[in-house]
Parts: sequence; structure tokens; C-alpha cells
Amino acid sequence: MPTSEDYKGQVPAWCPGCGNFQILSAVKQALVELGIEPWEVLAVSGIGQSGKLPHYMKCHTFNGLHGRTLPVATAAKLANHSLHVIAVAGDGDCYGEGGNHFLHAIRRNPNITLIVHDNQIYGLTKGQASPTTAKGTRTKVQPSGVPAEPMNPLALAISQDCSFVARGFAGDPEYLKELMKAAITHKGFSLLDILQPCVTFNKVNTFKWYRERVYKLEAEYDPYDRMKAFERVLEWGEKIPNGIFYKKDKDTLEEMFPTIREEPLVRQKFSIEDVKSEIEKFY
Amino acid sequence: MTGTLKHKGSLEVKFLDYTLRIGGEAGQGLQTIGGALAKIFSRKGYYVFTHQDYMSRVRGGHNFYQIRFSDRKVSASRDMVDILLALDLNTIEIHKESVRNDGFILYDSETIKKKFERPEFIDVPFKKIALDVGKSSIMANTVATGAVLGLLDLGLENLNEILKSTFKKKGEEVIGKNLACAEAGYNYSLSNCPRCEGVEIMEPEEKKLMLIDGVQAIGLGALMSGCKFYSAYPMTPSTGILNYLASKAEEHGLVVEQAEDEISAVNMAIGASFTGVRAMTGSSGGGFALMVEGLSLAGMTETPLVIAEIQRPGPATGLPTRTEQADLLFILYAGHGEFPKVIFEPGTPKQAFYLTNRAFELAEKYQIPVFIQSDQYLGDSEWTFENFDFEHLIYNDYRLRKKDLEGVEEYKRYKYSDTGISLLAVPGEAGKHLVVADSDEHDEEGHIIEDDETRIKMVRKRLLKKLPLIKKEIEAPLLYGDPSPEIVLVGHGSTYGVIKEVVDILSRDRKIAMMHFSQVYPLPERDRSDYIELLEKAKLTISIENNATGQFSKLVRAETGFDFTHQILKYDGRPFSIENLKEEVDAYL
Repeated sequence: MPTSEDYKGQVPAWCPGCGNFQILSAVKQALVELGIEPWEVLAVSGIGQSGKLPHYMKCHTFNGLHGRTLPVATAAKLANHSLHVIAVAGDGDCYGEGGNHFLHAIRRNPNITLIVHDNQIYGLTKGQASPTTAKGTRTKVQPSGVPAEPMNPLALAISQDCSFVARGFAGDPEYLKELMKAAITHKGFSLLDILQPCVTFNKVNTFKWYRERVYKLEAEYDPYDRMKAFERVLEWGEKIPNGIFYKKDKDTLEEMFPTIREEPLVRQKFSIEDVKSEIEKFY
Repeated sequence: MTGTLKHKGSLEVKFLDYTLRIGGEAGQGLQTIGGALAKIFSRKGYYVFTHQDYMSRVRGGHNFYQIRFSDRKVSASRDMVDILLALDLNTIEIHKESVRNDGFILYDSETIKKKFERPEFIDVPFKKIALDVGKSSIMANTVATGAVLGLLDLGLENLNEILKSTFKKKGEEVIGKNLACAEAGYNYSLSNCPRCEGVEIMEPEEKKLMLIDGVQAIGLGALMSGCKFYSAYPMTPSTGILNYLASKAEEHGLVVEQAEDEISAVNMAIGASFTGVRAMTGSSGGGFALMVEGLSLAGMTETPLVIAEIQRPGPATGLPTRTEQADLLFILYAGHGEFPKVIFEPGTPKQAFYLTNRAFELAEKYQIPVFIQSDQYLGDSEWTFENFDFEHLIYNDYRLRKKDLEGVEEYKRYKYSDTGISLLAVPGEAGKHLVVADSDEHDEEGHIIEDDETRIKMVRKRLLKKLPLIKKEIEAPLLYGDPSPEIVLVGHGSTYGVIKEVVDILSRDRKIAMMHFSQVYPLPERDRSDYIELLEKAKLTISIENNATGQFSKLVRAETGFDFTHQILKYDGRPFSIENLKEEVDAYL
């Protein structure tokens, strides 16, 4: 069985007090508790502070481009569906630059877990608005306030019938870890949006601000009720619910490709002999 | 022209060289008729060259499909036509001047509501025969196909075979009606062609020929190189590769995914390749423009990647269904930062097949992106070949799995080496070894760094150490014609066929040769074959390109310092024909 030590990676270069630390420890702890070994995990990330997370744990890693996490992760899963593929992204990364890929990953439903570090701000480029920043928020780039409505990624995901839609809070790492385990073990595309206070640039959505508002969905809540899920996911303000809002059981992308039902693509042998007959079709 | 239709009693003709042009609106079935006829000629043992000219629309407009067939190898199109099959009036208006004096125009006066009395016109009631014989006007194209064969008196055997397999799923009744329509069309033109008495088509020697176009050859090359993953966004004229590989996916264990955009397509191919399977993506200029960011990602992460870029004229949407060689410098300079890449530009479908195979070999051996660059002209052109020789195919699996890594204490994805090449392990299949790739500058293990010393070492590893080794893999350009030529026609990519034919014509009384580059970047070294010296010795060196600025000439000048004496540039969105290239070359002789 793996231990937390097996997942220990490089020393993180995040700001002291950053919400990312709790996310990192929740991912590692979830994997350890699920008994998944580091060499069975592929973490794919983009650019931003979230993108560095895979370097701070130990597993296979592809740290690619800003916004492009999901196409890489999806294809990696198609190439070898025996790997646990975890896509790690930020809010700007996933909902801004990668918005199109987000929509289409939901449609495809690969059996991967998407963890979004949602701090409602761009950290690495120093404080610009992100797609989830509240309307009216003043930044250096939006001095008269953000002119656009914030995106509700969870409502969007539910509207697209995403297979698993959940929200966690970096300030509650124990519950976050449980959500993480549920997301990783869920069959299909699982979205876990994590409220992650940016201690440097986001002066509004702080740990304190969240602690006053965040609560867990009640035990009897039925995540298979889509209309209820919409209702609850639109709650934002004085009260902010956390938990698994929506679940839908459906075929995964990998199951839709007949060629990889028996064996992962990467293990299938190739021989020119097997395809030689194709040339006959041109006569 | 060197060949012509044989007429009884006329001058002896050396060999047969016949051109058939089928014109009509999009949606009238030109491809079906043309495709069937090309296959029939090829099965009869004729060498075939086809090319397509079509508009960017689903219905209407004016399109044509041209087939040249001969008992000698043919590799380009002629302007002059022996048979024009006109499915609409527009085709007659546009193309009648291209029909040779002893040629024919097949048409249906009832459908196009106009009657022509000149002797070359043969009025075949395609629609009426279809209604009488097949009880449906839908079979008019079968009648027309039969009529072309009747005019040439080539027999119906091959057409019948094709009709049977085409309509296999529709049942015996539909097959029977089509066979009857084909025969009726055949007999009609055979017996209603007053000028046909003297016509005799020489039967070619019996031989087995394959018929394949450029994009199919790239697809087949990928399939036979062990490509297991193809992701693309549909874009003319590259879509043929996506169609071909998708049609083979289930039988041969490929995963083919239609991406939401080209950005996703290239990142998917990189993701699949990183995870251990041979992967490829493809697009045309505008789509490739979106892939450029991903190209650099492949460069930085040293992920093997094959990219097919099938050009059409730009900028922007340009002429979506036409041809041009105007993306060479774009591909050459594509990607931010400095990293090695290879660009192949096949001149024939056969070269496309082998170069695609080579692309997979080099991409994986050096862990770099390799391009197969072509264009609409070659992509859509069908050629006949005696065979593709499998013995020349290369398949080396450079990826390491558990047993390959036994004895490796600590695996590092980017470990420094004399060649710059590090071991390429397959994540999850390499035992407990972990594979870490990063788009940031990284250390040997794959983790982010920012220090100057590692940066220098990584640039040396990734770029400077690999480059000279890659350059040694590039083959010399092909020299065709006189071995010590006074005139050299230089081309790259799809102009191969037309330049070759022009050299054939001009070589009767001149010391002339073609120098053709299909491996354009890096340019071959000069030690094995000093092609620059050969050019320097020639009196006249003409670079022939399907673009407005002479992009290949620029590349040659930048890399070797050599300047061609002349350039022939064509940028109307159409390929060179034998006649127009010869005329252009003649102007310099």
C-alpha cells in the first residue's frame, strides 16, 4: 500500500498560506487512502500556480500549456485507460483559455478527474480578473470593475449533463479529500471545483469570507436529481453549498471506442503484416 | 504532346495518351463517375493520373474531374482534352475550346436543353435511357459512365464489377438496373458516333496497377507505420486523411478522434504520444495556424509527433478547395522558441507513403515533430503504381517498457546524453519508473527549473546535439534527366510530376534535368551528393513553385547561399499543367 511519503515531490513554491497546499495534501491523501500507487497515476496540468501541483507530488506528469490540460488528459486516457488520469487546472486555465475544451470534455465523458483550483483571480500574472471573478471587482486591468458576469462552471457542467459535479473548499481539507476520493472513483468525467482563496491577490474571497458562508449539502440530498442540482448550484452569496451536486451514470469515452474495450491501446502490438492487406484495396 | 489517339490510316502513333474531363455542378456525381472510370482504366492496365478542380460549395457551381490515361507512366494533367463529358451546359461553354479537333463532347441535349450540331458533339440521352431502362432518372450517371466506355469500346466488364460492389447493399434489383443502364449507355454511344469508326484504343499490356491519391497514401503510410492515434478537426483538403484512418480504426485498432478545434487536435496527439502510442494530427494552413502553440509544446517536451499539413491558398480562408505551396516558410518558422523539426514534401503518392513512414521513424527516434507537407493538388490526385514495396518500410519501436528498463536505477525523462536523445519510457508500462514531462524549462527529471546553467544544457541537448544527427538522415534531392545538365528545373513537393513530364519533352534536344526536393528541411548535406555544385555548373537554373514569392528559393538561399537564375511562380490557386509549364520554361530557353 502506498504511503503519503511515496507521493512526496518537490518543495512547493507557492505563497505561504496559499489554498493550494491543502489541495495538494488532499490529492495525495485521497490517492493513498484509495491504495493507488504513484506509477498508476498520470497528472496532467496547464500553466499557472495550479499547473505546478503535479511537480509537488510524485506520479507520472505532463505539465503542458495554459488551457490545454483536458485535450492532453483525454488523449492520455484513450492511449492507456488503465492509468488514473487527473487533470489539474486553474479557473483562468480551465474556464477561460480552455473553455472550449471544458465543454467538449464533458460531452466526451472520459473517465478522468478534473480538479479546478478556483481562486477567482489570476495569480501568476498578478491579479487580473478570471472568468469566475465577481462582476464589478476592480483590478489593475479592470479599474472600473469587471464588466462581465462571472461564470458558474458547476451550473454549466450540469446543463451539459456532466457525469459528476462537485465543489470543495481548500479550508476544509478533510471534506475536500472525501470529495476527491469520490471524484477519482467515479466512473466518467468528474469535475471538482475547489474554492481556493488567493492570499495575495483576492482580497474579497478570503478564507474568512468562505468560512462564514460554506456549508455541506445535507446527507439526504440526491445528486441524481438534475433540477434540484441546478437549484442548489445557483446558491451563491450568504450561503455557499459544497458537496456532490450532480451525478449521472453513463458510458465513458473509452467504452465508446470498440478497439480499446479489450486492452489499453498502448499495450496493443503492431505488426506491418497485420495491415499489409490494406494495400490490396487500392487495386 | 507526345501521344495521341490512334486513328486507323492516320500517322503511326507512338503511344496512347488520352485525357477525359468530366464537368458539372457540385452534387451531380462527378467524383462517382470519375472515380469509377479512373479505376476501370487502371484495372485495364493503363497508367492513370487524375486531378480534381472543385469549388467551395456543396451544390451547384462548376467542378471538374480530369483523368489522363496512357500506356506510359503519366504524372500530371494536360490542358487539352480528348473527351469532355458535360453534365451541364456550363461545362460545354467553359471547356469546349479545350477539346482537341479529333475529340468528343458527350452530353444530353434534353437535360441541358440545348442541341449542338458540330461533329465532335455526341448527344446521348442519359436521362431518357435511365428512365426507360432503369425506371429512374437517378441512373443517368451510370448511363453516362457506360457511354464513355462505349465511345472508347473498352468493354463493360470492369464497370459491371464496380457497379456490383457499389450497390451490393441495395440488392439484386438495383444492381440489375444499373448494369442494364450501363450497357444501354455503352451501346448508344458505340452505335451513334459517326466519327468513331476510325477510333481504336490500343489495349495495354496486362499488369496489376494500384490507384491511390495523396491523402490516402499519407493515411496508408500512417497505418503501416503503426500510427494508433489520429486527432484532427475537419478541414479541406486535409480531411481525406481523417476519413481514411477513421475507416480503418475498428479493424486495425486505432483511436481516431474528431477534436473540437485544431488546438485540441494537436494537444490530443501530444497527449497520446506522451502516453506511449504513435500519434499524428493533420490540418490545412488555417487549422495548422491554431496548432502552432502545440507544436512548440512537442518541441519542448520532446514528444514525438507527426503532423500532416495539406496546403490550400491563404491567407485566412483563401481559396478553400484550391491548391498552393505557400505555407512552406510558415511551417519552417512555426513555433515559438528554437527546437528541431523536419519537413517532408512528397512529390507523388508513393513518396507520400514512404515519407509518412519516415516521418514516424524520425519523430520517434529523435523525439521531435516531423511534418508531411503537401497540398490540394497532390492530396486529391490519383496516380497508378505497380506496387508499394513493403521491404522499404521502417518500424523501430523506440519506446521503452518495463523489461527495457531493467537495470535502469533511476529513470530520468530528459537525461543528458551524447546524442541529446534520452530514453523514452511509457508511463504506467515502465514498472515503478515515473515519466515527467514539462512545457516549462526543466531538469533531467522533468521538473521546472529557471537557472541559466540547466537552460543552456537543455538547449544543447534538445536542439544543438540533435540537429547535426537529424541532418545526416536527410536524403539528397532526386536528379532526373541529364546527369550533367545545362538546364535544371528545380521543384519541391507536388510539382514533381509536371516538371518531370516537361523535362521528358525538352530532353530530346537539350541537356536538361529536374532536381526535386521531397525532404526540404533540413536541406540535405552536400557531402553525399553535391547538388549545389551541380546547380552552380548549370547555365540555367529555374525554380518552379506554386506560390507568389518563391518560398523554396528563399530557403535554399538562406541555407546554402545559392541563387537560382530564374523563377517560375504560379499563384492562381491552380496547379501547373504540362502545357503552361512548358510554355513558361520555353520563354527562358
